[in-house]
Amino acid sequence: MNILDILLQQSPALIVATPLLGAFLTPLIGKLGYNVRNIFIIIILAVTAFLVFLLASDVFSGNIHTYVFGGTTSTVLSNTVIRILFEVDGLSIFMAIITVILSLAAVIYSWAFMREETGQDKYYTLLLLMTTGMFGMVLTGDLFNFFVFLEITSIASCALIAFWTHKAKAVEAAFNYMVISTIGALFVLLSIAFLYGKYDALNIAKLASRITPVSFSFIDKLSLILLLAALTMKAGIAPMHMWLPDAYGRAPASISIILVGATQASLYGVFRICFTLYGNVIQIPEVSLGWIMVILGLITMLIGVFMAMIQIDFKKLIAYGALAELGYMFLGVGTGLTILSNPQLSLASNSFALQAMKGGIFHIINDALDVGLLFLVAGAVYYATKESSLNNLGGIARNMKYTTVFFLIGLLAVSGIPPMNGFASKLLIYESVYQLNPILAIIAILASIMLLAIMVKVFYSAFLGPKIDRFQDIREAPKSMLIAMGILASLIIFFGLFPDLIVNTLVEPAVKAITHPTSYILWLTGGV
Amino acid sequence: MMSKIVKTIAGISFPFITIYGLYVIAHGHLTPGGGFQGGAIVASGLILLLVAYGTDWIIEKIKESHLSILESLGALGFIGVAFLGLIFGGMFFTNFIAGTSMLFGGIPTSTAANINTGGTLPLMNFAVGLKVIAGLFAIVLVMAYAISKEEGE
Repeated sequence: MNILDILLQQSPALIVATPLLGAFLTPLIGKLGYNVRNIFIIIILAVTAFLVFLLASDVFSGNIHTYVFGGTTSTVLSNTVIRILFEVDGLSIFMAIITVILSLAAVIYSWAFMREETGQDKYYTLLLLMTTGMFGMVLTGDLFNFFVFLEITSIASCALIAFWTHKAKAVEAAFNYMVISTIGALFVLLSIAFLYGKYDALNIAKLASRITPVSFSFIDKLSLILLLAALTMKAGIAPMHMWLPDAYGRAPASISIILVGATQASLYGVFRICFTLYGNVIQIPEVSLGWIMVILGLITMLIGVFMAMIQIDFKKLIAYGALAELGYMFLGVGTGLTILSNPQLSLASNSFALQAMKGGIFHIINDALDVGLLFLVAGAVYYATKESSLNNLGGIARNMKYTTVFFLIGLLAVSGIPPMNGFASKLLIYESVYQLNPILAIIAILASIMLLAIMVKVFYSAFLGPKIDRFQDIREAPKSMLIAMGILASLIIFFGLFPDLIVNTLVEPAVKAITHPTSYILWLTGGV
Repeated sequence: MMSKIVKTIAGISFPFITIYGLYVIAHGHLTPGGGFQGGAIVASGLILLLVAYGTDWIIEKIKESHLSILESLGALGFIGVAFLGLIFGGMFFTNFIAGTSMLFGGIPTSTAANINTGGTLPLMNFAVGLKVIAGLFAIVLVMAYAISKEEGE
C-alpha cells in the first residue's frame, strides 16, 4: 500500500483533524512571529485542500467513502451501529470543496487585512476551529456528531463576528447570532433525542433505513419540522433571516466569507435531512415539503433584494444580496423535491426535476464564490478608506483599479450575466422552474434584474463619480488581499466559461447523491 | 484582599480541593466525572486563592499567557493521543493501549473498579483536565484583573 492509498483511506478523519491540530498549535506557533504563523496556517489549509481533492477524486469515481473512528472492525454489530462513522458521498465532498476554497481565500486575505489587529493568535485559532466544524458537519454520517460540529461552528463564528469588540454593533450582531444558534441547536438536539428514542440509532444511514412509511408517525413529523426549522434558521432562510445581514455585515470581511460557507453547511443539513434521512418516506404528503421550500425561497429572494435596495452600508447591502442568492438555491432544490416526491408525475418531468436540482446545487458553489468575492472587495474598500457608508464613498476607482475590476466581475456574476458563473446556474434554475410554474421563473428573473440594478448603483456610487478630496491618497489594496480576490475571480470566470465541465464533474455526483438516497443508506450494511 | 482568617482557611483547604479534583480526573474512566469536571474542581481551588489573596498577588505568580500555553498543550495532548491511535492502531482515535501491558492497558476482569484499565481514555482525561484547569482559571483571572483595574481607577 503506497502512501497515497493510506492517505486516501484516512482522509475523512485527516480533513477534520488537520485544521483542528493547526488550531491548537496556532497559539504556540504564534510566539515565533507573524510570518511564521501565517505561513504555518496556509500550509495547514493547503494540506487539508490536498486531502479534500484526493478524497474528491475517489468519491467522484462513484464510491461512497466511509471512515470508522477508533477501530477497523465493522461497525454493524447485531443490527446496532457502534462508533462514530463518517460517510462521504458526492454532496458531502462538494460542500467540503467549497469550504476549503473559502477558508484558503480568507486566510490569504487576512495576511494583510488583519495585520494591524491585536489578538491574532486567537483569531486564527477560531478561524481554523470554524473550518473544522464546517468540515465535520458536511462529512459526518452520524446525526449526533452533526450536532456537535454544528455547535463548534456556531461558537467559533460567534466569537469571530464579535472580533471587532470596540464596535458595539459587531457585539450586538454576535449576540443575535448566539441566541439564534443556541435555539437552533437545542431544536436539533431535541429532535435527535426523539429519533434516538424511537429508532434506537444515531447513524444517519441506519436511521434512514428504519424510517419507513410503516413506522412513520407523529414523532417523525415533529422531528422533521424541528430539524428543518432549526437548520433553515441557521441557513438564514426568510422569515428567520434577521440575524444574517447583521452578522455578515459587522464581521471582518475575511470572516464574512467563511460565514457564507457556514450558512451553506446548514443548508447542506437541510438537504441531507429532506433527501436522505427521510429518503424512504419522501412520497408521504407531510414530508414532501417541496412547495414550502419553493415559497420560502421566493420570499427569501424578494426580501433580500428589497432590503438590499435601501441599504447604505456597503457590507450590509452585499449581505442582503447574499440572502437573495440563498433563495435561488432553495427554489432550485425545492422544485426538484416537489417533483421527485410526487409519484403521479411522469418520467419526463423527472428530467427537469434533476435539472432544477443541478441548478440549485451548482448555485451553492457559485454563490459562495460571487458573494465571497464581493465581501472581500467591500473589505478592501474599507481597508483603504476606513469608510463603509455608500453615501460617503465615491471615485475610488481612480486609485484602486484592480479592486474595481474584481468588483465588476463579482457584480456581473452575482446578478447572473454571462459569461460569469452565476449565469450558468441561474439559467438552469429558470428553465426548470418555468416547467413547474411560470410565475416562479418570472419572480426569480425579476429578483436577478433588481439585484443587477442595485449592484450597478453601488458600483456607480462607490467606485465611479467625481473625485473626493479625502480619498485622493488612498492606495490599492495590499498584495495578499488582491491574491485572495484574484483566486475567487479567476474561479468565477473559469466556472462561467466551462459550466458543462463543472456540472458534469462536481455537480452531477452531488445531485446523484441526494436523489438516490438508497445508495447512501445501503452502503453501510451492504458495502463496508 | 481578604482578612487573615479567610487567607488561612483558603490556604488549608486548597490542597484538599486540588487533590480531590485530581482524583476525579484520574478516575474519570471509572467513576462519574472526568477531565472536565475534575479540571473545574481544581480551577475552583485556584479561584479560591485568587479571591482570598487578591488579583495582584496571583498575577505576580502566574501570567495569563502561560496559562494559554498550558491550555494549548492540553488540547494538543488530546488530539495527539488521537493521532497516536492513527499511527499505532490504524485508525484515528483507536484505543491502541487497551489490552497491552502498558500503563492503563489492563482489561477489567470483575465488576470491581480497577484503575489500570481504559487504555487511552485516562490519557485523554488528563489532557482535557489540563485544558480545563488552565482555560477556566485564565478566564476568571482575566475578568478579575479587569475588575481590579476598573476599581483602581
